[in-house]
Amino acid sequence: MTAMDRICNDEVFQVVLTCMVHNQQVSMGIDVDNEEDSAAESEEEDKESEKEKKVAPKTRKGNARGRVRKDSEEEEETRTAGQRRQRNRRAQRKQAGNEDSDSDDESCKNKKNRANQISKQQEPKEDRGEDNKGGRKGRGKNETKQGKKPDEKGKKEKDNKKKKDKNKNGSSSDSDSEEEPITEEELAKLKEEVEEKKKLIATLRNKPWQMKKKLDVLKEAQLFVEKFEGALGKGKGKKFYAYKVMMTKKWMKFQRDFENFKTACIPWEMKIKEIESHFGSSVASYFIFLRWMYGINMILFGLTFGLVMVPEALMGKPYGTLPRKTVPRAEEGSAMNFATLWDFSGLAQYSVLFYGYYNNQRTIGWLKFRLPLSYFLVGVGTIAYSFMVVIRTMARNANEEGGGDDTSFNFSWKMFTSWDYLIGNPETADNKFASITTSFKEAILEEQENRKEENIHLTRFLRVLANFLALCTLAGSGYLIYFVVRRSQKFALEGLDNYGWWERNEVNMVMSLLGMFCPTLFDVISSLENYHPRIALRWQLGRIFALFLGNLYTFIIALMDEINLKLEEEKIVKYNMTIWEASLYNGTISENATAPPIQVDPADVPRGPCWETMVGQEFVRLTISDTMTTYITILIGDFLRAVFVRFFNYCWCWDLEYGFPSYSEFDISGNVLGLIFNQGMIWMGSFYAPCLPAINVFRLHTSMYLQCWAVMCCNVPHERVFKASRSNNFYMAMLLFILFLSTLPAVYTIVSIPPSFDCGPFSGKTRMFEVISETLENDFPSWFGKVFSYASNPGLILPFILLMVLSIYYLNATSKSYKAANLDLKKKLQSQAEENKKRNKQKAQQSREIDENPLGTKPKQQGSKQDSTADQGTQKGRGEKESKKKPSHQPETNLSQQSQQHSPGPNAHYFSHGRGGSLGPPPHIAVTRPPVPRGYGMPSYLPRNPCFESYPGGHPRMPRGTPNYR
Amino acid sequence: MTLLQLTSLTAAGVCLLDSAGHHRISAFISHNRKDCTFFTRKEILRLHGRYHEMAPNIVPMDYTKDPDVKLPIQLIINMPELKENPFKERIVEAFSEDGDGNLSFNDFVDMFSVLSEMAPRELKAIYAFKIYDFNTDNFICKSDLEKTLNKLTREELTAEEITLVCEKVIEEADMDGDGKLAFADFENMISKAPDFLRGVSSLLLPLGQKHTVSS
Repeated sequence: MTAMDRICNDEVFQVVLTCMVHNQQVSMGIDVDNEEDSAAESEEEDKESEKEKKVAPKTRKGNARGRVRKDSEEEEETRTAGQRRQRNRRAQRKQAGNEDSDSDDESCKNKKNRANQISKQQEPKEDRGEDNKGGRKGRGKNETKQGKKPDEKGKKEKDNKKKKDKNKNGSSSDSDSEEEPITEEELAKLKEEVEEKKKLIATLRNKPWQMKKKLDVLKEAQLFVEKFEGALGKGKGKKFYAYKVMMTKKWMKFQRDFENFKTACIPWEMKIKEIESHFGSSVASYFIFLRWMYGINMILFGLTFGLVMVPEALMGKPYGTLPRKTVPRAEEGSAMNFATLWDFSGLAQYSVLFYGYYNNQRTIGWLKFRLPLSYFLVGVGTIAYSFMVVIRTMARNANEEGGGDDTSFNFSWKMFTSWDYLIGNPETADNKFASITTSFKEAILEEQENRKEENIHLTRFLRVLANFLALCTLAGSGYLIYFVVRRSQKFALEGLDNYGWWERNEVNMVMSLLGMFCPTLFDVISSLENYHPRIALRWQLGRIFALFLGNLYTFIIALMDEINLKLEEEKIVKYNMTIWEASLYNGTISENATAPPIQVDPADVPRGPCWETMVGQEFVRLTISDTMTTYITILIGDFLRAVFVRFFNYCWCWDLEYGFPSYSEFDISGNVLGLIFNQGMIWMGSFYAPCLPAINVFRLHTSMYLQCWAVMCCNVPHERVFKASRSNNFYMAMLLFILFLSTLPAVYTIVSIPPSFDCGPFSGKTRMFEVISETLENDFPSWFGKVFSYASNPGLILPFILLMVLSIYYLNATSKSYKAANLDLKKKLQSQAEENKKRNKQKAQQSREIDENPLGTKPKQQGSKQDSTADQGTQKGRGEKESKKKPSHQPETNLSQQSQQHSPGPNAHYFSHGRGGSLGPPPHIAVTRPPVPRGYGMPSYLPRNPCFESYPGGHPRMPRGTPNYR
Repeated sequence: MTLLQLTSLTAAGVCLLDSAGHHRISAFISHNRKDCTFFTRKEILRLHGRYHEMAPNIVPMDYTKDPDVKLPIQLIINMPELKENPFKERIVEAFSEDGDGNLSFNDFVDMFSVLSEMAPRELKAIYAFKIYDFNTDNFICKSDLEKTLNKLTREELTAEEITLVCEKVIEEADMDGDGKLAFADFENMISKAPDFLRGVSSLLLPLGQKHTVSS
């Protein structure tokens, strides 16, 4: 469809009409000459009419395509035609006849007639609308028909017709009435032109012009295309284009929606983003870490819950069938008390939550589920999975960090691209403002840190001193912990009853005192060091971590002592058990020899202490109390403090908000370490208390909400908002360390302490891992066991380990070399970019110099071949810049010129020294070479010399050069 | 709906009034403008509905006479699409013919066309440059940068920080060392913006929910 058609599809208004008529008239003006030419020609034609006749069909064929629609419509008459059209056609024909008859004075009459004809013709066309399409389709056929017609009809008619054709052609194109070769040539040219116009129409929307201008240009182009398109075949692209645009829009919308959906699917993403926008990425990194931890724990929970707890609860023997599954008689009274349950003893202790409840039956239920094996594998798998995930995440983060990003336009991008133009919601806008401010603050801080000039010796000295102090503190507290633990062991051996409250609680008190004061001390020490806050945070984390290791140490020592005690106790119980059984047996035997085995209520059976359950309980209690402490600290330390500061500020002697108590800042290091150590507890304890991951998931879930709320509601951003490192690999490294540390005791207990004799899935075995060999023996063919035993031979394992170590070494070495190469390349790139910039500046300087004295001495451009080739690349940019400096507004130009003249710049002497001085004045061409147009839609800037400022064109709204009509 | 894009995500909850039915502007306006903008006829009609709705007694429904009607800037910047934008005045001014922010319907359509996501980045860059060029001297100079920064951060940075940022921006983006950004500098800088900035949260066309601080 032509553009014209589209106009005709609807009611066309007067404005369009007049405009078009006007346009037609203009083109008619040109046509007149042609028609005069053809009139002159007609005399010759009469002479050579015979020859003409032969040529005519040919010409017509050649011209057939060149005919305007009017022409073709005429032919359509034979196929489809509405009444009105016919009428119209008749009128047209009559006119054509008239034209033929008085060809002498056709010039002015024609003009009028045409104008009338067109204006009349327009109206029916509008009404027709859709009909046109069908008509157009048939055009090809019409053309061929037209070609045959002359043969069928009489000669005179032929002549008439030919003339008419000529006239029509004349009105359609300037040159089509000429002879054939020219027509071809012109056709090609025309085609090109029409294509150009079409392109213009298609890309018009990309032009930065005002609507009015666009409309004008559009009309012009549409008319042009409309007029000549007939000559060059139809552009069917319009509809397709519209369809394409529509689909693109739909696709974009879908993509956006999908993107939003994806974002909505990430849990707590919005909350974290909001925190990030107000508190900076460092605080957000804690929450991201928390979320990550939540994910890990969900999987651990799924493993233990799905493979251990649920099978046992569904398929294992029910509560009360075995001694290990029953609350003992002595505890029955208090088993359901809340205090007991809260302490995870009583009924909770004898439930699926703890190790002791599980039976050592090899298979349970109709599924023949091998519960002991599953229990063991889940315990090992938990740790293995955690290792894998942590290490994989670290590796990925390291990769990301290695990539780095291009920060050459850091501030510019922040300045010009950070606002989101889609924001329409006030709340979102507030967040965005906060986020932009925060990001600027972060970037400014980085910049300031970069610029900081410092006395290197003093800083070094201070840092060494600070580290020394921190080490002293750590060593002191370490010794203190060691001392206190030893003392408490001594007390425990002598019996605690002889000592007072302090002696009994000494360890706990010391630990919490240390935990309270040491971080503050470290904080003070770190202010000596004058580190970048991000680095300072790391040091702080590391130091507190070391301090907390003491905590861990005491805890494990206490636990091991307890285990040893229980093991002693177990021996006694075991001895007592045999006596008890013997007495039971003896008693019953004496009474009735044939009686069935005596039924003793499982609650009455004496039982061992079951150290595994005890360990599990300890860990659960610890986790719960830790959680409670955290929450209470948040409520009191943050919330109540904030409430106090906020409301007592009205009636207080000094400014509470900015003075002493102030609002609290978010304690990143404390929270991160709390999280990490808590996770350590989970890893250590989950083997003995399968419920531990579930509890932890619950804890993390609630603390996510509570802490998010607390941060947004009661905390203030840090004084120096700093950008977190893109990966939180430091957190991960600490987590990995803790994972390793917590694996040690767990593995130690599994491997080297015999399990309790009367509780847990491994009771009756000398070691827990024997469940593996048992399975191998019973469930696998014998050869498999053999292979396994060979494989576990130290003779095989040792070389294997050696091989692994070697391959690790090799891989490490290669990765290091890659890293080095990467760094090297980055450096090269950077230096190249800088060089480019410098060169650009020099070029600009140079061109400015030329601008200043265009007629005086100019630097030689073609000084050397290399130079000129180097210039080629930058000329484009320079050309633009030049033109940019010359807006078409005269006063502004003068201004900018003046400013240029007044600022010679630092490199002003460069060319007079280097090249311009020694060589003669170069030709001017190289500088003002027009730039290559830069793709459609962009105006191309024609560089100009300021001396010849009278460059025409330039739109008032885009004064930097003429638009590119492509 | 291209236009809707401005509102769709951020829950401004604004629906464009669908008043296409009874416009007498219809064919004429939409047909010609369709090729000059990134909108379909319907969208243009809807835009006219919005335009009309802002000042029903000034803007006629009948646009066949192509009346010379302009709406003042105060009306335009209160549109929900622009209301929260820190550069709303500049946007409107950049698109107004007289430079004072009075928009004729042509300008109005133009504005939304450029702001729509179909508009190519080059076109957006041209207008972005105009928007950030506060004093309309065809350069983004330091005062422009300061104004931009103050609008972006709601004047929460200290004077010292502002100077630092402006200096850095000039240092980064100014290729010819004249202490201000010409369009070529600006365009060069924008074109090098990484994809996540460019495609998604680019200067005039970002995703609604991505208000990240850092990458």
